[in-house]
Amino acid sequence: MTLSNWSGNALLLVLSAGAAWAQTGVLSVQEPAKLVVKRTENPSQVLKLTMKPGYHTNSNKPTEAYLIPLKLTWEAAGPLEVAEIVYPTAKLEKYAFNEKPISVFGGEFEIVTKFKRAANPALGPGFLTGKLRYQACNDKECLPPKTVEIKLPLLIQ
Amino acid sequence: MATILARAATAAAVLALTLTGCGSQSSKEITVTYQKPPDKRNPAPDFTLKDADGKTVKLSDYKGKVVLLNFWATWCGPCKIEIPWFIEFQKTYKDRGFTVIGVSVDDEGWEIVKPYLASKQVNYPVVVSSESVNTMYGGIESLPTTFIIDKDGKIANTHIGLVSKKEYESDIEQLVR
Repeated sequence: MTLSNWSGNALLLVLSAGAAWAQTGVLSVQEPAKLVVKRTENPSQVLKLTMKPGYHTNSNKPTEAYLIPLKLTWEAAGPLEVAEIVYPTAKLEKYAFNEKPISVFGGEFEIVTKFKRAANPALGPGFLTGKLRYQACNDKECLPPKTVEIKLPLLIQ
Repeated sequence: MATILARAATAAAVLALTLTGCGSQSSKEITVTYQKPPDKRNPAPDFTLKDADGKTVKLSDYKGKVVLLNFWATWCGPCKIEIPWFIEFQKTYKDRGFTVIGVSVDDEGWEIVKPYLASKQVNYPVVVSSESVNTMYGGIESLPTTFIIDKDGKIANTHIGLVSKKEYESDIEQLVR
């Protein structure tokens, strides 16, 4: 299994209505609540994430070129367009494998997506699909990069 | 679960002995790794892959040598710690029937692996893995993962995650005798 197979092993978050959190290895992702978009409104969505204690994921802007960044993307077509993705402030942590501290996310953190309502969107319910790619390590081992698929339920009014 | 069990087994496999000289206050700590007894060892799955120069590397061609088979990636921080040790082992033990073989699992393949090897001045064979090779070796759920292979081509020990240099030295010393 090459890493392309590893990273292609995307996980679907919204598996059941009852599951509030999806466990994807060492990262838990809270199931997004339905985003109700009122007329003329440009909404935001907060994705809540929790890393398993002892593990970190590289931030969206790793301090070293060899590290794989965390990245959230949303499908281009749809009733909403991405205006901005706001990542949390990363922590600088020192690990034995790197001379300088590296930029990481750990514990509980949030990623905010600011959307812009598309011109003449289709009204009614729908979904927007996103992908979160991350690569996690602890001080002794690294796990392969993973891509988590996120389904954001929408109601365009 | 398999990873956890393997790690627990590895942790249990390291025995630190303290030898105290007779009538002396000095003591010397020696790390001895526990290896599977020869009759309990499984054959290391054979593979044929290309190195950075396009030359074929076939694991079974190394029968008669002790092989440290290290699965790694350029994005793996803990792997970076081990590579200088492996370069040193290759120099120290190569004339005693030993070699390191690196197996990169980088998605981008040689494009990213070649410059990395050059920057580290890696002196042992390195290949880029395939899905089938990773599967044969249990899926390689985390990195680094290292297999210590005896002269008969059988797996004497497995290390998942970073372990100490002394543990590797113990593994090698026990098998090159």
